This record gives sequence, C-alpha cells and structure tokens, in this order.
Amino acid sequence: MSRLADKLARRQFVFTAEIAPAKGVDVSAALQKAEQLQTLDAINITDNQGACMRMSPLALARLLVEQGYEPILQLTCRDRNRMALQSDLLGAAALGIENLLLLTGDHPRFGDHAAARPVFDLDSVQLLQAAQGLIAGRDMAGKKLVTAPSFFCGAAVAPAAQPQALVLKKFSKKVTCGAGFFQTQAVFQRRHLETFMAAAASSQVPVILGVLLLKSVKMAQFLNQNIPGVQVPQDLLQRLDEAADPLLEGVRIAREMVSWARQYCQGVHLMTFGHEELIPQILAH
Amino acid sequence: MIISTPKARQELEALLQDCRTLFLIGCGSCATACKVGGEDEVFAAQEWLEASGREVTGSLILDEACHIMRAARELRRFREQLDEADALLILACGAGVQSISDCTEKRVLAAVNSLFVGNIRRFGQYEEKCSLCGDCILNETAGICPVTNCSKGLLNGPCGGMEDGCCEVETDRDCAWTSIYQRLEKQQRQGVFDRVVAPKDWSRKFKPGKLSLERSIVDNGREKHR
Ligand code: SF4
Ligand code: SF4
Repeated sequence: MSRLADKLARRQFVFTAEIAPAKGVDVSAALQKAEQLQTLDAINITDNQGACMRMSPLALARLLVEQGYEPILQLTCRDRNRMALQSDLLGAAALGIENLLLLTGDHPRFGDHAAARPVFDLDSVQLLQAAQGLIAGRDMAGKKLVTAPSFFCGAAVAPAAQPQALVLKKFSKKVTCGAGFFQTQAVFQRRHLETFMAAAASSQVPVILGVLLLKSVKMAQFLNQNIPGVQVPQDLLQRLDEAADPLLEGVRIAREMVSWARQYCQGVHLMTFGHEELIPQILAH
Repeated sequence: MIISTPKARQELEALLQDCRTLFLIGCGSCATACKVGGEDEVFAAQEWLEASGREVTGSLILDEACHIMRAARELRRFREQLDEADALLILACGAGVQSISDCTEKRVLAAVNSLFVGNIRRFGQYEEKCSLCGDCILNETAGICPVTNCSKGLLNGPCGGMEDGCCEVETDRDCAWTSIYQRLEKQQRQGVFDRVVAPKDWSRKFKPGKLSLERSIVDNGREKHR
C-alpha cells in the first residue's frame, strides 16, 4: 500500500502538489522542485499538461521514486490507445509507481501540437476500469497477466462545473470503477463545494481539494478565459484588484480554501505556479 | 451527405503546373449541394482554367460520383475528350474522385477536401452528427451522439472542461453531455448514466469498410423497384 493510500485510509488529512516534466531532457529543475515539496505527502507528475508535449511523466515519476519521494503518476487518454495505456501502467508498476491519477486529458486543440490526432480510445471511466482489471490480473482483452500490478487509483472531478448533477453522475461512475481518491479542479465558491460534498460524501471516497494560488487579477482573468473548468468569481477578482499586495491576497484566498478543505475534504492539492516557498504560509492555520 | 470544401486556388495552381489540357468532372449530389462540384462550380473552374491559358477538353456532371459502375459507364461516353486531356480535375468528394481513378489510368486531380458526413441545417449550413463508428449508442443517449458531438468522443459523461454546460473545445457550443443529460431528464430516463459504457469496439470500424448484401436481399429490392 502506498503511503498516500495508507494515510487516506487512516482518515488523515493529506497534502499534494504537482510537477510538470521538463520540455527537454534535464530533470534537475523538476528534482529541485520535488525537494521544495518534500514535506507533502505525494507529488503529481503531469502528463503532457495542457496538451503541451514534454518528457514522459513515467520517467520523472521513477526518478522521484529513486529519490524517496512519492509520486502520483498522471495518465491521460488523449495520447495513447488502450494498448499503450495498459502497457504504460504495467511499466509504472514495474518501476515502483503505485499512485495513479487517471484522466481524460485536455484536447490537443489547446496545446502546442494542435495538429495531433486526439486518441481518446478510452475515457477516464474506462481507464479506471482497465486499471482495476490489471490489478485483478487480467488485461482488457481478458488475457491473464503473469503477475498483476498493484495500484492506488485516483480520478479527477470538477465540483464547481455546472450542471453539478451531471458532474455527480460521472463521479459515481468513477467510484463504481474503483477510484480510491479524487483530486479536484480548483473550487472558488464555498457553496459549490458544499453542495458537491453533500452528495459525494456518501461514496466514502476521499476527496482532495484543488487549491490554486491566484497571483494577480490578471492571472485570474487569464484562467477564466483559458483554463477549462476554472472560474474565478467576481468578488475574488475584485479582492485581487483592490489589494495593495495581490500575491498576499492570493495567499489569503488560498488559505480560506484550505480551511474549507479541512471542513469538507480529506486533503488539499496545491497549485502554486512557481511560488512553492509560499506553501507553508498557505497551510498555516 | 458528404460535406466538402474547395481546395485553395493557389494549391490547385501548383497542382496543375504541368497540365495544359483538362477534363472536368463534377457531381450532382453532395458536391452540388455543398457548392463545390455542381454545374456552377464546374463552369467557374472551366473559366478559370481557360483564363490561365489551359484548354478544357470537356466536362461532365455525374449524378452520383460515388457510384463506381455508373461513373465508368459515363466516362466511356467521353472517351475522346478524356484521351485529349493531360489530367482529369474532379470536383467531388474523395470517394467520388476514387470512382474515377478506379476506371481510368489517367492522372486524376482532386479539387476539393472532404470533411465529414453532414446533416443540412439549412442551405449552406452543415453539421456533423454521426461519424460512422459502427457501434451505435444513440438508443441510450437520447438520440444525441457523443462519439461525434463530444469533441473527445467520451462515452461515460462529460470531461472536466465542461463549463456552464458548454464545451471546453468550443465555448460557444453546448457540451454534448449536457444536451444528453437534459434530454434524458425530460424523458425521465437514466439511459447511458445507468451503466458504465464499455470501450468502443473499433474492430467494427475496420478500414477499408466493406459491406456486401446477400444476393436474396439485393434481388428482393430489385423486384420492388420494378
Ligand atoms: S454512435 Fe454516433 S457515430 Fe456511432 S453510429 Fe451512432 S450516431 Fe454514428
Ligand atoms: S466539454 Fe463536453 S463535449 Fe466538450 S469535450 Fe468535454 S465532454 Fe466532450
């Protein structure tokens, strides 16, 4: 059992953050960042995030394992068909990677290879199911594996997306297909989280709240326009706009969200965009 | 119907560099409806070619360029004009072009790009509704195809990019899953939300697709048409 799985099973509050693999072959920056994040419980390694081509997350996740960190390998359905996904999963297990975050993936249209053929042979629900199959010793074709992997499978959810009832329908499918934890998209309105958790709590699956550090009103507006599923509401835009020190205000906002997480969820996933040094401040009670 | 758009004149110009004489072929079905290969367009192409100093040896609009045998029969009637041409310029979809290339050794040039199988909203407005996946799920999705209308072709519900019911890929378009959800709600049915939909069986979409009806079905059809 991974340390993350163990902590969540013991109902402890967990902290995660993410690292994007390099656009290139030098991993030193990524490892440095991992060192900054070493007090956290696990580190997500993103998979061609935003549909921009980077080093394989599998490689970086293994390097993290070697350094004693606990990675959460993100795997999307955008770039690989069912065969490639399963073979990467077996490879991950062989490399000592236990935590997975299984995602649909952003459309290539947003990335730096807009002409790439989007694969989406599976969706995130089917990928979760495939991973469960592998754990049970069978591949998607029903063929027996010589040795089965063991994984702690996570999934993503966007609690603030509307219609929420529809989001919840997909959420339950992911629960049915073996999601052992959820990491959420950033949520900026308490009532969104409240209503979502009211419905999601019965599943008993731990939810880790995405907390995003807003650095300025400009950044917030950029997110609103460009990042699917992220909506910073007007009142927060105003707070950032009027603040003498917008970054400090951003930290305050993030801290409020961490307090919601302590109330409703079982952890926080921090997205600090180069301001990892502010994490202790964000987490301060 | 097959929706297509004309290739840019610049691209055609480069393509036609060493062709001095051409025979033009349009299509009376889809290409006519899309305004890429009907009488008007074939005529315009002829004028353009002649203005650029080329000779058009003749032209023909097939009823349906995708009908291989009929295309071959029609082409035989224009034998001489075809023989005089350096190449055949086809103003029809990719399928139509290949009916022609199937029955002549002449150089065949495609003048359009084929886009999708589309429905017609109104004249000049075409929408892709079905991408011919070979394994239809419409009965569970309230008659709205997620394979085609969802930019990612997801089968189990919306992705994380859905925002206010709109699609992350084109924010002015409804997320297919919102439409499916709302219509199922109205019908008070669970539909596709009732179960985990298994991955699609893409072996049914094996390329190149081929279907041969049984002799008895074909003959039966003929009887009725008589
Ligand atoms: S599911 Fe969609 S793409 Fe497949 S056959 Fe039905 S309508 Fe066409
Ligand atoms: S937003 Fe909806 S339609 Fe668009 S890609 Fe995601 S699920 Fe498909």
